[in-house]
Amino acid sequence: MSAALTILQAGPSMSVQDLGRPGYRAQGLTRGGAADPVALYEGAALLGQASELAALEMAGSGGTFRAEADLRIALTGAEMAATRDGEALAWNASHSLPAGATLTLGGARNGSYGYLHLGGGIDTEPRMGGRGAHLAGGVGGLLEAGESLPAGRDRDGEVGLTLTPLDRFSGGEVRIVASMQTDSFDSSTLERFTGSPFKRDARANRMGVRLAQEGPGYSTEAALSIVSEVVVPGDIQIAGDGAPYVLMGECQTTGGYPRIGTVLPCELPRVAQALAGASLSFRFVEMAGAVRLQARFAADLAALRGTVTPLLRDPAGMRDLLSYQLIGGAVSATANPFEKET
Amino acid sequence: MSDWPKIRTVGLSGLLVTFAGEMSEPANRAALALRAAVEAENWPEVSETSTSLVSTFLAVDLAAIRPEEMRERLEALLESRDWQEAPLPPGRTLWHVPTLYGTDLAPQLEEAAAVAGLDPDEAIRQLSTARVRVLTIGFAPGQPYMGELSETWNIPRQKGLTPSVPPSALVVAIRQLIIFTNASPTGWRHVGQTAFRTFRPEAKRPFALSPGDELTFPAIARVELEKLRDRDESGQGGAEREALS
Repeated sequence: MSAALTILQAGPSMSVQDLGRPGYRAQGLTRGGAADPVALYEGAALLGQASELAALEMAGSGGTFRAEADLRIALTGAEMAATRDGEALAWNASHSLPAGATLTLGGARNGSYGYLHLGGGIDTEPRMGGRGAHLAGGVGGLLEAGESLPAGRDRDGEVGLTLTPLDRFSGGEVRIVASMQTDSFDSSTLERFTGSPFKRDARANRMGVRLAQEGPGYSTEAALSIVSEVVVPGDIQIAGDGAPYVLMGECQTTGGYPRIGTVLPCELPRVAQALAGASLSFRFVEMAGAVRLQARFAADLAALRGTVTPLLRDPAGMRDLLSYQLIGGAVSATANPFEKET
Repeated sequence: MSDWPKIRTVGLSGLLVTFAGEMSEPANRAALALRAAVEAENWPEVSETSTSLVSTFLAVDLAAIRPEEMRERLEALLESRDWQEAPLPPGRTLWHVPTLYGTDLAPQLEEAAAVAGLDPDEAIRQLSTARVRVLTIGFAPGQPYMGELSETWNIPRQKGLTPSVPPSALVVAIRQLIIFTNASPTGWRHVGQTAFRTFRPEAKRPFALSPGDELTFPAIARVELEKLRDRDESGQGGAEREALS
């Protein structure tokens, strides 16, 4: 495996991630995987490759990279200012990154996790059936400047494609189902929980996201008598301080705190991507409704490949604008040339 | 009809069968036996199974499979036998993990003995001859909660936390022992130190222990522990294993 991409400068929390490592729950290791798996599906759609391939996850801010070979890349998830040798690149799009070119990704603007995908995927040696770092579990770790990443064989050649990302970057309403201890909270507590929005706390990582709210914390008598039992990503756990925590992919396998509800898997990327301070509110849905929402989500993911369209160049990003023959391309005085093809 | 076992859905991630409202040996045995039985059923809808102290989890995509359907099948399985009396599943292992008790490498042995009302020598005698079972694995990858020790060891956790015990530390509270996977703060008392690594992510077999395995912790001298630490790269820490049938 030869180096494809060298990390010249790394943000504070950069790791290789894929769809996770199922099958080890009995032995104390949760699935882990990308905090925003939707981004992996979008990257795969843009590059015309399998969604199981590994990509680079960047929490909060990106980094600087040098291509060691001719690469195709895609950029998804939280938007970051992106340049290739100084030239601006569109987010939610695929691009070429020729050998020697420098890619610079800035701070995340509308979400928490940005993703850099390579054509052929990041081809590090799989460990226990996956390539992703499970930071809490001690499998793999954060990437640092100076490290190089190999790419798998890239079977496609197309770049300059874009898609409209699935909506998940603005916080807002999150649908949940009842969980193990929902019934043990009294009705006024449940009404308060769903009745007023929370702010996504600054304390958030791949294990969990803390939610903050004015007013007293949440509690239930049942908290005292729970025998430690299974917990799953999406569970909203009421910790000792009375604040709800939404558990994420790298959470522990078991826990003894009461859970007031469970975020639907299709809504978890919305929680992951919410910026610190973003407003999140919760609404209970019945199991049947949850199944419908989850089915729609699966259909949306499956349809992503069909929504990919050619990227029209944004003149703001054209360094050499004057060298383009703008007049020659004009066929209509009224058509908006920057509208996406449908 | 008793309240137990209870079947509940866990979000859209699966179903949990809980055998009791508190930890007990029969309820833990039931959880282990049910897990083995579910594995043997080989239901294609079940992607993985796990146990915690008194419950068994079946990972099932409830967006694809109706919970009622799985619940009916589970109820039929539950009614097929008395789980609290069920034999423990086959294929388990008995481990003997060499352990240094006390000294500065396990500095809370004397304190734990005092809380249990024993002198330190008697505490070491009891801990080094007790045979315990992996009741559950959790908190960190591969980290076993083992029990149950005799009622003498029903000692509470400390009020304050020990800032950090090292990996492979043997700690005690509430009739249970833990071997820590990683350095960690804990309210349990650090009574022994092993060289046994519970999680070896780079190894072919990353997890040493499985739920239901049994262990003893024979006492060794400090010089022996240091020798094990120096020459053992496998993470086995000098542990010997035998098959349980």
